[in-house]
Amino acid sequence: MTTQHASRRRTQALAAAAVVAGLLTTTACGGGGDKTSGVGYDAATTKVVNAGTTKGGALRFAATQDGDSWDTTRSYYGFAWNFMRYYSRQLVTYKTEPGKAGATLTPDLATDMGRVSDDGRTYTFTLRDEVSWEDGKPITSKDVKYGIERQWAQDVLSGGPVYLKDILDPDGEYHGPYQDESADKLGLKAVETPDDRTIVFRLPQRNSDFPQMLAIPSASPVRQDKDTKSKYGLRPFSSGPYRFESYDPGKDLQLVRNPQWKEASDPIRKAYPDTVDVKFFSNANDMDQRLIAGDYDLDLGQSGLSPQGRQTALKQHKGNLDNPLSGYVRYATFPQNVKPFDNEHCRRAVIHGADHLSLQTARGGPVAGGDIGTNMLPPTVPGAQGVTYDPFDMAGADRNGNVAKAKQELAACGKPDGFTTTIAVRNNKPVEVATAQSLQASLKKIGIDAQIDQYDGSQTSGIVGSPDNVAKKGYGIVIDGWAADFPSVQGFGRPLWDGKYVLESGNVNYALIKDKAIDDLFDAYAKEPDEAAKVRIATQINHKVMEGAYYLPFTYEKYLNWRGGRLTNVYMTDAYNGYDFISLGVNSAKSSKSSKSSQSSQ
Amino acid sequence: MTAGRRGKSRRPVLRSGPLAVLTYLIRRLFAAAVMLVVIIMVVFGIFFLVPKWTGVDIAASFVGKQADPAAVEAVREKLGLSEPIHIQAWEFFKGIFAGRTYSTGGDVVHCSAPCFGYSFKSEQAVWPVLTDRFPVTLGLALGAAVLWLVFGVAAGVLSALKRGSLWDRGAMVAALAGVSLPIYFTGMLSLATFAFGLKWLDAQYVPFGRDPGGWFGGMILPWITLAFLYAAMYARITRATMMEVLGEDYIRTARAKGLPERTVIGKHAMRSTMTPILTMLGMDLGALIGGAILTESTFNLPGLGQAVLNAIRNQDLPIILGVVLITSLSVLLANLLVDVLYAVIDPRVRLA
Repeated sequence: MTTQHASRRRTQALAAAAVVAGLLTTTACGGGGDKTSGVGYDAATTKVVNAGTTKGGALRFAATQDGDSWDTTRSYYGFAWNFMRYYSRQLVTYKTEPGKAGATLTPDLATDMGRVSDDGRTYTFTLRDEVSWEDGKPITSKDVKYGIERQWAQDVLSGGPVYLKDILDPDGEYHGPYQDESADKLGLKAVETPDDRTIVFRLPQRNSDFPQMLAIPSASPVRQDKDTKSKYGLRPFSSGPYRFESYDPGKDLQLVRNPQWKEASDPIRKAYPDTVDVKFFSNANDMDQRLIAGDYDLDLGQSGLSPQGRQTALKQHKGNLDNPLSGYVRYATFPQNVKPFDNEHCRRAVIHGADHLSLQTARGGPVAGGDIGTNMLPPTVPGAQGVTYDPFDMAGADRNGNVAKAKQELAACGKPDGFTTTIAVRNNKPVEVATAQSLQASLKKIGIDAQIDQYDGSQTSGIVGSPDNVAKKGYGIVIDGWAADFPSVQGFGRPLWDGKYVLESGNVNYALIKDKAIDDLFDAYAKEPDEAAKVRIATQINHKVMEGAYYLPFTYEKYLNWRGGRLTNVYMTDAYNGYDFISLGVNSAKSSKSSKSSQSSQ
Repeated sequence: MTAGRRGKSRRPVLRSGPLAVLTYLIRRLFAAAVMLVVIIMVVFGIFFLVPKWTGVDIAASFVGKQADPAAVEAVREKLGLSEPIHIQAWEFFKGIFAGRTYSTGGDVVHCSAPCFGYSFKSEQAVWPVLTDRFPVTLGLALGAAVLWLVFGVAAGVLSALKRGSLWDRGAMVAALAGVSLPIYFTGMLSLATFAFGLKWLDAQYVPFGRDPGGWFGGMILPWITLAFLYAAMYARITRATMMEVLGEDYIRTARAKGLPERTVIGKHAMRSTMTPILTMLGMDLGALIGGAILTESTFNLPGLGQAVLNAIRNQDLPIILGVVLITSLSVLLANLLVDVLYAVIDPRVRLA
């Protein structure tokens, strides 16, 4: 009897365990209904999916990370810049088109792309009629100037890009509107506002990417009487089609329609949904499950599903996934102030010795990690040649490394038996740590003994951003990643490769490249008005960087992005390397509940 | 005469009467206040002094990708990190009790007491963030505490009374599982089963003020998951203590006197068993009120635990400092409450 009882209990326990295991593997497919609406794997990467003009409904974002700031002056996150177009406008912005076309500029607040003087140093823009703030008052050129001036107030408004500050006031003569002693607080001399609809920029030096810098949200207008300084990010005043209804940092955010916005004044924004809701999660797996279940439409962060969500989605909802480039190049770089990386042959030895396929696998493989990186310019930047330019044959015959070539280079650098070095990697990026371990293993085969030092990832600027500290710690290899602030070789590579950008702290030119040829090419690029010529220069700069063997690219990063079944007008744009938020609409009839029932009826 | 006799006879009683309890309470309150000041100083030291010693520049993480040294210095100034440490400490103390004024870049802001400063990240005042998130954590901790006390203590008592039985073994295996399994595992499992699999519960947090029913529904899984861990510990402690108490002479005496078993267990044995349980409850509840980080993160509850987790990610020291102080205060208050309850339960404590 006892044996029978025990056996029955065991059977019951096993059955219970099986039920739980079954539930775990099938939880996500029970929901969502997105099986029914998935229009095809990777469909939105190059074209518009579910085109439609229906207005209404709530567009529901989910996110594991809040914006770094919702103040247009203070943000540096790509997804935040993308989102800011809901409530802010710029003189120029990116076209609402898929792929490369989406990275080209078009007038926004301005009537045209600006009138440029012959010497390329003066840009004059005229504002459109009927552009207004959320209280109905007109947006003036002075508001645009004041918004730009805020970049100078780094003591109060830190964190955002400062391209315009560097370009318009390279000597740092202006101290920002909060310390401006002029009555109207508009003392920045390089910008003039002869009337309320005209704004004139006078650049001390020509820079052909200037319009790109005006498209960054930090060039948005801000109204002086609504500027709450450091608190502005908690409740920005809207110049776009939506305004802030509520925002609780780290919890949720809601935008509602701005009744004062006039569609006729805005050729870019269609404003399909009635509200834009964001819910912040602390559990990425939970968020992914809820995306798949149809409770939310898309990930605000546009950084891809977590490994668990990825597995479920690939198995059961592949048609709801896109696999775009993130815009990031992931790489290792070799600081030249750490021996023996001052020797080009030693750098080449590492590049040849690395197992590029293993590095790609460590990053997550071709789908979640990306294509093997063969050079340093991201494929979405004009002038990039993608995998067709592969000077070290990294994606070809040598994708598993070339030990013979590596040993030749080691001999040429005077270290035929190899050497010891340290790989610096951020401790808060598990994938980067895995990449460092993969690199360490392949370098061992050629006699390079690399120790891994996981440093505090939140202190990057003070640790690997300090060349002195890098030398002191002996960081011969630094693992990192970089994406363009705007789609140009200047927006991507100038801080990394231009010798003038080497800083004592906060340096990102980790390799300490001081190559006059590269610096001259950047100067030539900035002065070049012709787009085709700029593309050619971008290609040349990339070639110079690769010829110097300063970098070992790992991948052109890709990610698996969830596309909710209710979304309309979905496409990826190269401007933000994510879905173009401002064009999205929702099919309100397809509520999560109705889609769930349609799912279960199948 | 009568009064005098009463006075004389009361003298020893006074030591354990209301006055003694009050004296005891004042003594404990004073000790708690001293402890709180010490905690503030230690916490302040950890967050503001240690980075200085280790050469970590907090300000550098709040500037843009290509910030120049001047921008970093400006941020350092704004965050008050360039002041000497004793000035920073004094300003911090002053802020808590008298408020303080911040002045940067022509921006002058007064922060009323209790001022814990402003979030480095969101620029929100810390105190309203703490008070906004506190009820979520309190609701989680109290709800779970009720569950784990009821089920944990009951399971422990039954196990002790039915020692060696199937029930006892089953309960202790479950307790072992509860203690061994981390909350993020049981939490994810419960979400996968009941929220996404069976769809019995939505398990999404809704503020109580917006929808009490939704709030209750959203809290069921977090309560159960958290209570599962603690109930397991309480069951094991209760079982062990109860078994020890049941072997005491006074229990044997009570049984020998023919008292009903219910009275022996319920009145005599339980009173002694509850003493260590009460101690544990004070510590656990206090610590949980300071932030149940794993439970709140797993179930996306916007409480203090989630706030401190985000703050750690963002190096948002004022928020971290605020939550640590709330945690310390909660533990101190909970222990104070436990001490008072001891004094009520056990007269020997009052005389100690």
